[in-house]
Amino acid sequence: MDVVGQIVGFLFDPLKEIWEFPLFFAEVVVGGLLTGVLYSLIALGFVLIFKASGVFNFAQGAMVLFAALCFIAFLDRGLPAWAAFVGATLVMVVMAFAIERTVLRPLVNQAPIILFMATIGLTFVIEGLAQVVWGSDVRRLDIGIPRDPIEIVGVQINKFDIIAGITAIVLVSVLGFFFQYTRVGRALRAVADDNQAALSVGIPLKEIWVYVWSVAGFVALVTGIIWGSKLGVQFSLVLIALKALPVLILGGFTSIPGAIVGGLIIGAGEKVAEVYWGPNIGGAVEDWFAYVVALLFLMVRPQGLFGERIIERV
Amino acid sequence: MIYREAGQLKTSYAADQAIFPIRQDRFWLALALAVAFVFIPLFASEYLLVSIFIPFLILALTAIGLNILTGYCGQLSLGTGGFMAVGAFAAYKITTFVPELNIVVVFLLSGLITAGVGILFGLPSLRIKGFYLAVATLAAQFFLIWLFTKVAWFSNYAPSRVIAAPPRAVVGNIYVTGIEATVTARYLFCLAMVAVLALVAKNLVRSRIGRAWMAIRDMDIAAEIIGIQPLKTKLIAFAVSSFYVGIGGALWGFVHLAQLEASAFDINRSFQVLFMIIIGGLGSILGAFLGAAFVSILPIFLNNAPAMVGIQLSVAMVSHLELITFGVLIIFFLIVEPHGLARLWQIAKEKLRIWPFPH
Repeated sequence: MDVVGQIVGFLFDPLKEIWEFPLFFAEVVVGGLLTGVLYSLIALGFVLIFKASGVFNFAQGAMVLFAALCFIAFLDRGLPAWAAFVGATLVMVVMAFAIERTVLRPLVNQAPIILFMATIGLTFVIEGLAQVVWGSDVRRLDIGIPRDPIEIVGVQINKFDIIAGITAIVLVSVLGFFFQYTRVGRALRAVADDNQAALSVGIPLKEIWVYVWSVAGFVALVTGIIWGSKLGVQFSLVLIALKALPVLILGGFTSIPGAIVGGLIIGAGEKVAEVYWGPNIGGAVEDWFAYVVALLFLMVRPQGLFGERIIERV
Repeated sequence: MIYREAGQLKTSYAADQAIFPIRQDRFWLALALAVAFVFIPLFASEYLLVSIFIPFLILALTAIGLNILTGYCGQLSLGTGGFMAVGAFAAYKITTFVPELNIVVVFLLSGLITAGVGILFGLPSLRIKGFYLAVATLAAQFFLIWLFTKVAWFSNYAPSRVIAAPPRAVVGNIYVTGIEATVTARYLFCLAMVAVLALVAKNLVRSRIGRAWMAIRDMDIAAEIIGIQPLKTKLIAFAVSSFYVGIGGALWGFVHLAQLEASAFDINRSFQVLFMIIIGGLGSILGAFLGAAFVSILPIFLNNAPAMVGIQLSVAMVSHLELITFGVLIIFFLIVEPHGLARLWQIAKEKLRIWPFPH
């Protein structure tokens, strides 16, 4: 009886707390949502590449890191921020070319699991390369985004977070437009649907892959700058790529809006769990919360919130 | 010439079903076992045993475990580290609770407990597959490590959550864990465990259940149609695989490290074992050994290589270069030979068979 009481208390006491102090709860949720924006951005890079080539790109985290370090390196040379941005974008495009030529092209038509493992190898190469060139210290990144908090209906929000959120929205809208209405975007969707059919109607697969990896590199750069200015550019970013997995499961592997919504849910959910339920069971719930949520979600709806229905054929 | 099996006729069903039907294979295996059991303990230095052979053997055992799940049954798992931790902590709890229990029994029991946990986390595999399943196993990885770090009961309320292997003997006063254990005893203990379990695995994968695993891997729907029960088959794969991984983790914690905390089995350990089976060869017991040898010896070689050719590099630089080389090698192997070192050995055998003539 006592044990039951304890469990009930553990599960429902925090709910009472939420009910009594809704403003604090709102602040926790908003804080979580803004971490969620960053998860979303990383997941977005994944989705882009997954849609166009069926490759699950584990290296997205490493690309974020590499892009951010590149950007810092250009800033250190005394370039203005916009020039550094263009420079880093160019580097990411060159990298897309190199990856297409050395990794993807020889592995055409291999099983997805092989390609996934190849991107793990790629992660090591990029990470090692970044460390050789720039060392392994945490780098500060400050491009002058204001950080003072403002108050909206009683909830404290950092200006920086609002700007990050707006950037993400703009990025997603532009990408959505790009995919829906441009020639390249249509070709990308065709490739995503069926590699061989796309090839047979004359879509140049190799070019498309370079495009999509370049776009993913660009998204990585934006993510890296936002994340880097918030928390510093550090090598643990590579493992953030793993957090994108549950985000994708929640949102669906092929859906751009799904990546965003999934990221927000995971970000807010793990923050709420950490703040309200975490202290009673030892804390650091954030480490696994996202994965367990994804696991439970998979049982109910394997294709995710917005993903295409999974149809199996023999 | 060298590998010619002409004239080795099979005259009975027993010969036809032999585990190593070719005489040369039997010879090489016997030679390898003789070297491992006699030559290495006699002549290898303590450093070699501790830093190369013992970790190599344990990791090879773990790689066999993962290979059963990923290589034979086709279920990608990133939770190996978590399951190893289950094995290590289960062994610790059992042996501190019942100290008089023989250590071999303790390890087998901890393997069984890990198998149970493996089944639990394998349950979603009926509904989901591929990357989706990888996330389920990631949940196992992060959750289990968190559990062992946060819940004091698992480490018998040690304040630092570090567990130390108590001294335990196999028979009489031959200690294999704890301070009194000699390096040679620890090595031979690992070797014996690995040899027996590898033999079991080798037989398992060519049995009915092994064939069912491969059918599921190659195409699960088709396998279902010819009468293989997917849930049962996959769960057995999870159980057997976790059993091996659990024993590997217990050995790693007790015999190799002797003192450990849960973070010894973090996500990097999972990736390390995954690379072993990719580089060694998916779906091959020999491949697990080759991959483990490659992955555990390459870092030592890379550490010493720059010094050998007279280049002085900082420690940090060497570890970065190691990372790059590792990544490049993984990509290289996937491109050149997706079936790994085991496949290369098979090709070499084909060549040796007709050598020195080209046809």
